[in-house]
Amino acid sequence: MTTPISLTVNGEPRRTSAATIADFVRELGLKPEKVAVEHNGEIAPRSTLEQVALCDGDQLEIVHFVGGG
Amino acid sequence: MDTASRMTEMQTISTDSADDTWEVAGHRFTSRLIVGTGKYKDFAQNAAAVEASGAEIVTVAVRRVNISDPSQPVLMDYIDPKKITYLPNTAGCFTAEDAIRTMRLAREAGGWDLVKLEVLGEAKTLYPNMVETIRACEVLAKEGFKPMVYCTDDPIAAKQLEEAGAVAIMPLGAPIGSGLGIQNQVTIRLIVEGANVPVLVDAGVGTASDAAVALELGCDGVLMNTAIAEAKDPIRMARAMKLAVEAGREAYLAGRMGRRKYADPSSPLAGLI
Repeated sequence: MTTPISLTVNGEPRRTSAATIADFVRELGLKPEKVAVEHNGEIAPRSTLEQVALCDGDQLEIVHFVGGG
Repeated sequence: MDTASRMTEMQTISTDSADDTWEVAGHRFTSRLIVGTGKYKDFAQNAAAVEASGAEIVTVAVRRVNISDPSQPVLMDYIDPKKITYLPNTAGCFTAEDAIRTMRLAREAGGWDLVKLEVLGEAKTLYPNMVETIRACEVLAKEGFKPMVYCTDDPIAAKQLEEAGAVAIMPLGAPIGSGLGIQNQVTIRLIVEGANVPVLVDAGVGTASDAAVALELGCDGVLMNTAIAEAKDPIRMARAMKLAVEAGREAYLAGRMGRRKYADPSSPLAGLI
């Protein structure tokens, strides 16, 4: 178990022990294949979500599709 | 004409209608109706309306996941993106940068390269900001996106968008959500005549006859949301729109009669008693 780190996720502070973006997304109860993630202002390509390590202070934007016209 | 040859002729006509497809950026579709997925009572009603409309493409928005309650139902649970093409939009974006960022995220969220670009000018009218729209279109096209672009009903702006890489021109018929119908048929027709890519009326449709007008003007399709979602019976209105789009398209292909100033009797004048 890694030491918990602090993140800003969709503008809200969060603490997690997840090692990668994909782990964190699953920890939230979401499926990585149904969301898109911006990591410190850059798109995190879906193919890399399992590899990209999270660091203390990272900023994440997690989005998905909702109804719209 | 004997019965057999009449039957053959009718089959030929119906076959022609079935073959009447349209294509955008290499993707072929039969339905000329694109529907939005906003403003419905719930996802079930939304899905039923999409089904009734016969639409093969739905627009969707890109928004932050609600991380405090991620277990809420999501659109994808009700409208299967494997069966219905998701067209991610940039609704709510007021600058080219915001729109580009949203599209990049949408591509990662499972949307394909075909996207609906809209860059708004002000909240009150939701009129497009064409300078920002053209700028965003250029950047997105260079990044490999296929932008279908919401725009003013301006034939010159339409040409500029095409030069900027738009794969479809989508002029407003009237302000978004207004239901006022197509306010300027002349400019819509001028855009149709000048375009080398599909033209779809996007926004302003209020009822079935408005949708028929769009197709009668020669548009390749029509995009709507509120007209269906805010109808008293959205599923029935979705069906009405499907029929109206088909009727408008058939009328356009049939070629309407000329307009006359005065009457012209339909019954023969010869043989009057």
